[in-house]
Amino acid sequence: MSWNRKHLLDIESLTADEILTVLDTARAFKAVGERAIKKVPALRGKTVVNLFIEPSTRTRISFELAEQRLSADIINFTAEASSLKKGETLKDTARNLEALNADFIVMRHSASGAAHFLSRVLNAHVVNAGDGAHEHPTQALLDAFTIREHKGEIAGLNVTILGDILYSRVARSDIWALTKLGARVTLCGPSTLVPRTFEQMGCRVTHDLEEAIRDADIINLLRIQHERQRKTMFPSINEYAQLFGLNKARLAKTKPDALIMHPGPVNRGVEIDSEIADSPRSLILEQVTNGLAVRMAVLFLVNGGKGPQEVAGN
Amino acid sequence: MPESTVILDAVAIQRVLTRIAHEIAERNEVGAEVVLIGIPVGGDHLATRLSRILSEIWKQTVPVGILDVSMHRDDLDQRVAPKVHPTVIPFDVTGKTVVLVDDVLFSGRTTRAAMDALNDFGRPRKIQLAVLVDRGHRDLPIKADFIGKNVPTSLEEKICLLLVEAGSARDEVILKK
Repeated sequence: MSWNRKHLLDIESLTADEILTVLDTARAFKAVGERAIKKVPALRGKTVVNLFIEPSTRTRISFELAEQRLSADIINFTAEASSLKKGETLKDTARNLEALNADFIVMRHSASGAAHFLSRVLNAHVVNAGDGAHEHPTQALLDAFTIREHKGEIAGLNVTILGDILYSRVARSDIWALTKLGARVTLCGPSTLVPRTFEQMGCRVTHDLEEAIRDADIINLLRIQHERQRKTMFPSINEYAQLFGLNKARLAKTKPDALIMHPGPVNRGVEIDSEIADSPRSLILEQVTNGLAVRMAVLFLVNGGKGPQEVAGN
Repeated sequence: MPESTVILDAVAIQRVLTRIAHEIAERNEVGAEVVLIGIPVGGDHLATRLSRILSEIWKQTVPVGILDVSMHRDDLDQRVAPKVHPTVIPFDVTGKTVVLVDDVLFSGRTTRAAMDALNDFGRPRKIQLAVLVDRGHRDLPIKADFIGKNVPTSLEEKICLLLVEAGSARDEVILKK
């Protein structure tokens, strides 16, 4: 049990013990959400800026509600409404927010490393809500939390991540988190989106869907990130759905207790059939509920973190 | 080498808890809807033990809950985040007499946080405080209703409660210098 980090910037630099600390803390915060009064005063008097330079709905709403339930004051900031459109740099925008005595900055940005950058130029606590194709740490933490709730231990589980791995920050964070906790991670999808280089992160890469999901305990589906692809990486959406979409016939060949996850937004009929997305084997909506608890836990933990930020300087 | 003294052994702890249970029974009438809520770590196990004794005295079950106070502490930005324990209160506290149970009463800040946290679950008719050890040095105007043992201490000393329920070989309260 230990957490002395001032920021949450990525999963890569966390230890298994730190990840488990977040998951244990999140369990208590999930229980807070089930009370009649769902609010605790842990961040009373603190100001949190939600700096969403890249569009986001579910992550932003989840963070906002988490901050409100911790009694923080909130400023919401989107790219469209900001001076970034008028040519202000990210550093200046952030410094202006800090001049208002912001204590926390939760940032979503299209550039990889943006959160690390902010943590170096500001005194506030920085929480990465997704930076480019790099990492989305709170998503990985909520995925691990959800898996743990259903399967008990993560160590020894077979987790298959299916879809657009190359452009997915969720995949990268998930791979770090799950391998650190002892899961065997398999990646699968079109070879253009699932290059063998990912084997260096300690997971298995295959382009054979049926083989990838046969022994899986968890199948985590990812959306095709059209917005990040500079050129077409596969012939057509229809072909993708036919070759890699999770349908009833394919699900029938998996373990009967294999569970389906998806970070959203779901493209029904592409990576997953509607019927499966709504089935009892789908954890998609539980992931949303758990995201709130995990984000409360992260803000609670970094609030106490004074330690040197081990990753910020590299 | 830090010097440590046993200030309560297993027999003494049990005797003290029996006395506190009788004091609770004396202060509150049978059927006054008394519930015990322990503060982890330590107070939760003590509350369970007190409930067993009190249930025998009153010949009726005295409910027990666990209240984690870490989200209500007043020093969250001055320290590493505390370990958060599950809160389990399987009854409505509104209208009840809640006896908060803690192992050591020191600054009084945990008790203040506990009273705040309890408010989120309802409005008790009364809140009383039972502690195994009162070591003095209060920062807040808080006083225990039931005290196992008064132990004058210096600020540098530490008091540790070891209980078999928490994995210890035997029950003991130790003062470390």
